[in-house]
Amino acid sequence: MNGFSAILKGMWTTFKSMFEGPVTIQYPEVKRPVRRRFKGRHELKRYENGLEKCIGCSLCAAACPADAIFVEASENTDEQRFSPGERYASTYEINMLRCIFCGYCEDACPTEAIILGDNYELSFTDRAQSIYTREKLLNPVGPSGQATPQQVPAGMFDRSIPVMVDPD
Amino acid sequence: MTEKIAVAVAENLINLTIDNREVSVPAGTLVVNAAKLAGIDIPVFCYHPKMEPVGMCRMCLVEIGRPAIDRASGKPLLNKDGSPQINFGPKLETGCTVPVSKGMVVRGYTEEVTEARKEVIEFLLTSHPLDCPICDKGGECPLQNLTMEHGPGQSRFIFDEKIDLAKNVPLGDLIFLDRERCIQCARCTRFQDEIVDDPVIGFSQRGRALEIITFSDPGFDSYWSGNTTDICPVGALTTTDFRFEARPWELQSHASICNHCSVGCNTTLNTRREAKSGGDEVIKRVMPRQNEQVNEIWICDKGRFAHHYTESPDRLTQPLIRKGDALEPATWDEALQLVGDKFKKSKGKFAALAGGRLTNEDFFNIQQVTAKLGGKALLDSQMAGGEMVAQVGVGQGTNLSDLRAGDVVLVIASDLEEEAPLHWLRIKQAAERGAQLIVANPRRTKLDQVAHRLIRYEYGQEAAVVHAMLDSFSPKRPDQPASVKQLLRDESVKAAAEDVQSATNLIVFYGSEGLDVAGSHTLASACANLLIATGHVGRSNNGLVAVWDKGNAQGAWDAGFATSVNLADDLAAAPNLYIVGADPVGDRPDLAETFEAAEFVVVQELFLTKTAQMADVVLPVLPYTEREGTYTNAERRVQRFYPAISPRPGARADFAIAAQIGLALGLELESKLASLAFEQLAARLPAYKDLTYGKLAETFEQWPIIGREDLYYGGTTYDNTQGLGVQPPSGAERGESPALSFEALTDPEKRKGLLAVPVTRLYDLGLTVTTSEILATHWEQPHIVLSPADAEKLGLELGAQATIKLNNMQSPVAARIDNRVPKGVVLVPRSVGLHIFGPAPIEVGA
Repeated sequence: MNGFSAILKGMWTTFKSMFEGPVTIQYPEVKRPVRRRFKGRHELKRYENGLEKCIGCSLCAAACPADAIFVEASENTDEQRFSPGERYASTYEINMLRCIFCGYCEDACPTEAIILGDNYELSFTDRAQSIYTREKLLNPVGPSGQATPQQVPAGMFDRSIPVMVDPD
Repeated sequence: MTEKIAVAVAENLINLTIDNREVSVPAGTLVVNAAKLAGIDIPVFCYHPKMEPVGMCRMCLVEIGRPAIDRASGKPLLNKDGSPQINFGPKLETGCTVPVSKGMVVRGYTEEVTEARKEVIEFLLTSHPLDCPICDKGGECPLQNLTMEHGPGQSRFIFDEKIDLAKNVPLGDLIFLDRERCIQCARCTRFQDEIVDDPVIGFSQRGRALEIITFSDPGFDSYWSGNTTDICPVGALTTTDFRFEARPWELQSHASICNHCSVGCNTTLNTRREAKSGGDEVIKRVMPRQNEQVNEIWICDKGRFAHHYTESPDRLTQPLIRKGDALEPATWDEALQLVGDKFKKSKGKFAALAGGRLTNEDFFNIQQVTAKLGGKALLDSQMAGGEMVAQVGVGQGTNLSDLRAGDVVLVIASDLEEEAPLHWLRIKQAAERGAQLIVANPRRTKLDQVAHRLIRYEYGQEAAVVHAMLDSFSPKRPDQPASVKQLLRDESVKAAAEDVQSATNLIVFYGSEGLDVAGSHTLASACANLLIATGHVGRSNNGLVAVWDKGNAQGAWDAGFATSVNLADDLAAAPNLYIVGADPVGDRPDLAETFEAAEFVVVQELFLTKTAQMADVVLPVLPYTEREGTYTNAERRVQRFYPAISPRPGARADFAIAAQIGLALGLELESKLASLAFEQLAARLPAYKDLTYGKLAETFEQWPIIGREDLYYGGTTYDNTQGLGVQPPSGAERGESPALSFEALTDPEKRKGLLAVPVTRLYDLGLTVTTSEILATHWEQPHIVLSPADAEKLGLELGAQATIKLNNMQSPVAARIDNRVPKGVVLVPRSVGLHIFGPAPIEVGA
């Protein structure tokens, strides 16, 4: 290919792009959807009735290679129930400056309570803001659920670990 | 391997082969223990090295072969290659119940054994809830570990057939039971029956309906309940104190020493940062740390649960100086300046009063300050005799576990289970091994159950009993009072005197039941004389042990402190007072006048006690959990503890404060490092000669092997890697001749009314106990204990409210009735707010 045709080819590419739509999106007004396996900010899930899935077992903290998670547990009562079973997380903190978004916490969780969600908008103006507390991480209560702590009939939620169903 | 086992090996050796390894162990060793000694794992659940085997869980199944013997000739049969022919049994055998025999071959990793282990695990897990994520044991759980190592990975049982049982059942208010998790190994029930003789829990029903229940009311009423959570191989028994507090792998461990009583149990403090404490490190639990010479692998519930005082928010964090009527915050410089100036002028008019929970370094520095000012160094205690214990205390190398047939233990004036639980336990075990146990007490105590000889005397005759024993084999002194002569005719005293004379080893424990300071001194001197007269001093497993009321009382005596026979007079004589770790006004309100009249009072304390409220300067100190130091226990073992959590800002260690005060007086005392303060102490005190922090941190291999990777074997007690402590030679061993006077006795005065006598209870109302809310239902409320006859005469029923007048103080109390109490006597517990400092007349009204 000689010089002239090379220029023509390049110009043709430029010419073609004049008729294409823009690639740029107007973030933050417009947001691009993330991939299915994207790992963003953690969310603490709830059951449909509003009870928290997290039972405060601290296995996520044990699995965390960056030591970003801190969990403290307390005891549920039927008058003040946060999660099924005996135990719930009274303190749950993730240091987002430390987190490397590896998703090991998800894997370690016995109740599928912690999920790395779609939110990638993590910015802080001081270090204290990077600590995401339980209140920040918990999902809002769904339409069919109640907020925690709930008052429940005695003996209704006495198991911490739900029976796992094979996804297939 | 301990020296003890090494000796046994040399004497009676059995050779066997375990997993192709040649092992030599003493005869009688069980196969599991032989394997453990050789470093080979045979997993167990129900077997525990401190208890008799039961062979219930079947986890230890192994192939055991024995050499074939020709019946005709009695000679071993040989294979063609000349090796002995080994006959293996048709079935697997439990390694925990079979003692080793000569030429035995044990195979622990054949296919058959592996398969058996898989099946046992599968079976144990049939109804186990597998809720490890929320289980307090998860992470240090033998079932979890052995399932990972030996389990099948899958179960053939149907998941839906798991039975759901009650979780979170309170057995008592300290221990929770999870019925689903229990694998019915009976370690807990056997511990309560065999080891501590408190059979308050047991099996009920059979088969799948089997469950642990408690027979006592209140539930699990035992001073030892916490230990069952250590030896439980699953998470069935957990403590309320640690419930959901942290996962075991998140905890930091720090070696420490319990200072509640004078046994000096080795403990490990587990700490973790806590959000509700603002991110500070806090103590999450207290665990036993193995020291086979002190507490073996156990601790009592007071040691385990009464630790919360160290973290109380009420603690002082700022020096206070009196300005007018109020105590106002000040800086350390101001406070120390003031104290230094005032003390400088107080020469000859000075006294220091220190509590028995201070460390040796504290006592040494305070004593130096006191000596410089020509004052008296007083120990805040109700017992005396420490100088005699320093002279004729138990010798180097003493271990209560070595006592056996031929040895004699005399326990006098002490309810050991209440005063020093671990001493009670170890003496009970000595008695069960065959040591002759003589218990002398006016009333029945729990130790009586295992005693071989009981001596009953009347309160006030404590020393007379010992004198009568002495008189029965040595020339009688003419000046002995009638009570001694009367006791001389007592058959049990005579027999006890014979036991003592023929003893191979003799240890005398004296306590403070029914005694005041003077009485305690007389008793100690009588006991010391008995030991000297029979030649039982200056060697191991012989000597005098004081059952002190506080953890480091012996250290105080060694440093030159002494208990005051008349505290009020001694304090009144010295208008400048230096009170450290003691609350004399809180204990005895009659001392308030003395303190009001005092010229200048400095109080070094954790809390703003009643005494501190009356002080001119209050200096905040650090509890033992936040600093370093050493304690000397009743057996004269010097033990070192380490800081567990960072010091609370504002407070300082006692020895440092004393050194800083000393600076103003021209003394050069160590104020920074406890180890250097100890060096100064060791250079001055002959009893601590050549001791260093390094020596105190030395350890040697102990048996049984506890607390390493193999939690299944001994439980979650911690391995001792930070120091077993050192028992320095006693005065007698150093060749000092004991300077002992023979105290002449007088008969107790004839009395008309009722006599109140002080007794000690484990859970009193001291500040260290009442700051632990978890023990709330165990706190002893103000009460008296009467004999049924006296109660009837007074018209009092069990539990009735009564009013007592004791030492010019009226108090409402609950009346308890106990037929173990002698007639005419009222037992009054110490440290529950009743004013009892020794035997005293008492008026009881309905």
